[in-house]
Amino acid sequence: MTAAFADGAEMPLKRRLRRAERARQLRALGLVLPLFLFLVFTFVIPIGGMIWRSVEDWEVPQVLPHTVAALADWNGQDLPSETAFAALAGDLQAARAAGTVAVAGKRLNYIINGYRTILTSTARNLKTAPEPGTAKATLIGLNPAWGDRATWAAIKRASGPVTDYYLLGAVDLTRDVNGSIVATPPDQAIYRDVFGRTFSIGFGVTALCLVLGFPVAYLLANLPVAQSNLLMIFVLLPFWTSLLVRTCAWIVILQGEGIVNGALQWMGVIDEPLRLIYNRFGVYMAMTHVLLPFMILPLYSVMRSISPAYMRAAASLGAPPATAFLRIYLPQTIPGIGAGCLLVFILAIGYYITPALVGGAGDQMISAFIAFYTTETVNWGLASALGAVLLLSTLLLALVYGKLALGRQTTGGLKN
Amino acid sequence: MSANHSPQTASQRFAWMATVVAATLVFVFLMAPILAIVPLSFSSGAYLTYPLPGFSLRWYEDFLNSPRWMLSLKNSAIIGVASALLSMALGTLASLGLAAWKSKWKPLVLALVLSPMVVPVVITAVGVYFFFAPLGLTGNFLGLILVHTALATPFVVITVSATLQGFDMTLARAAASLGAPPLMTFRRVILPLILPGLASGALFAFATSFDEVVTVLFLAGPEQRTLPREMFSGIRENISPTITAVAVVLTVISVGLLTMIELLRRRNERLKGNVA
Repeated sequence: MTAAFADGAEMPLKRRLRRAERARQLRALGLVLPLFLFLVFTFVIPIGGMIWRSVEDWEVPQVLPHTVAALADWNGQDLPSETAFAALAGDLQAARAAGTVAVAGKRLNYIINGYRTILTSTARNLKTAPEPGTAKATLIGLNPAWGDRATWAAIKRASGPVTDYYLLGAVDLTRDVNGSIVATPPDQAIYRDVFGRTFSIGFGVTALCLVLGFPVAYLLANLPVAQSNLLMIFVLLPFWTSLLVRTCAWIVILQGEGIVNGALQWMGVIDEPLRLIYNRFGVYMAMTHVLLPFMILPLYSVMRSISPAYMRAAASLGAPPATAFLRIYLPQTIPGIGAGCLLVFILAIGYYITPALVGGAGDQMISAFIAFYTTETVNWGLASALGAVLLLSTLLLALVYGKLALGRQTTGGLKN
Repeated sequence: MSANHSPQTASQRFAWMATVVAATLVFVFLMAPILAIVPLSFSSGAYLTYPLPGFSLRWYEDFLNSPRWMLSLKNSAIIGVASALLSMALGTLASLGLAAWKSKWKPLVLALVLSPMVVPVVITAVGVYFFFAPLGLTGNFLGLILVHTALATPFVVITVSATLQGFDMTLARAAASLGAPPLMTFRRVILPLILPGLASGALFAFATSFDEVVTVLFLAGPEQRTLPREMFSGIRENISPTITAVAVVLTVISVGLLTMIELLRRRNERLKGNVA
């Protein structure tokens, strides 16, 4: 004790406080660090890796390293030199021995359709290394495509280390033989449609949630707390029910021999069952159901904070109820509407499970394509590029949401 | 009516009635799936249609006697409990740190901590799949537990941070002034008071993992298939009445979790001394 007091006499209080504060800050940092490092490992690096994959161009440099080196100073105007032909012959023989010809073939096939065949047939027919000085003639003899400048330009373009091929492809753009950006041929251009569909479903679901959620939030906000807490169960119970349970239930309700069709037929309203599921209607129905609480909760929290005095004041000043609602009440709910709409839209455009289960082939959203290219066709570059575009859209919207929510100093009713 | 709402004119009464009717219809819409599926799970028939031919528990028996469903229930429980514990530990430490930390980097770190909630799960799943596959973290429990922890931690951080906001730090200072070392202050003073918040954070985390299917689709091998994963393939192929029984079991679990969280929240409100 005495020692501490003696210390205090020597060291000014201000400095001691500063030192204590510094220690406190270090301790705080130390507490945050484990989660930070954990998320770097399980979240940041994986997603960073995915983005890197959307620009990485590794196949051709890995399979045809000497060709890539020989083409480094090729002007692209005439056919490459004899050295490049010899390098290609050497690379192809090595690749055939290693069984990696198809890897480069798959990548080059994205640039010129049929490239895989050119590469595999040349590699197969190239029994021995060509005599020095005859590589050019030998390769062109094996496949006349090697006499075409474009065949070489493709290798040059895919020689890495990065490419914009996948990212351009994700928005239906490509580069022509001369390297200028052009639109993808219409028969291959599908992703703008998919993004358009994703955003339009997101928009439609958001609008539906707003229309359905507004009266509910208004009712809950204007009832006595005891009653609204009780009714809140009807919002929270579905919110907490498993996504798969709800999706499954919608199929049971809406399918051809389901509850709705059964009831309508029993009442004699329809003769043939209506098609209510495995189409866009089913997607809207199920997604609106899943996302509705995300609209109701922020709307409710904003409406609760609106004092009824404003409406009474408006009425006492002679505003008809409709005018008072539109001019006084509605503007005050804008923060809630903004937060709810953004939240629902952000969540909607990332949806995968619900459209996969209740949508038809034409209702699949962008996430389904990302999953498809990852697990089915193993076109990881394209999967990553589509993912990067979706991620960018989501983060931009989340940034806006963050600004809105921060402005109001609430969490926007996120799950609690 | 209420203090907040006192309809005076006929048109106001009409508007209020219209709101009540509209909201009631939406409540019916919200509850429809649960209401539709619960009776079907007790049907004695094999078709998912009304009217029910009779009452039976055969589909629940089917569920309980199926090794496949039981394995998936066990897997879901293992992954859910493990990721709830891990995310509670990481999330609580981070919340304590974030509450005391002052830095211009704090908003950025906070954004990172909360981002798994916002980033579409497919993107997380694909990224993790690429990254974990060469590390041997696919097709086993560890990889799934790690991803589910990352997805669940934001909910723990939000819940625990909200609890800490209501925590009176003078109590910690009082303990310190009475000579308690920091660890003892935490264990004897802070922890008991924020425990309800921790528990609801852990329940949130468990619920997140228990309901998650996208990362399981990418990362799980046949031995790690969880309950939602089995339901996903079940719904894809053909919805059997057994699935409706599983759905009811899952709903009962959700209701249980929700009730526990609500009770904890009320207890926390009481502890804070501002009973609504």
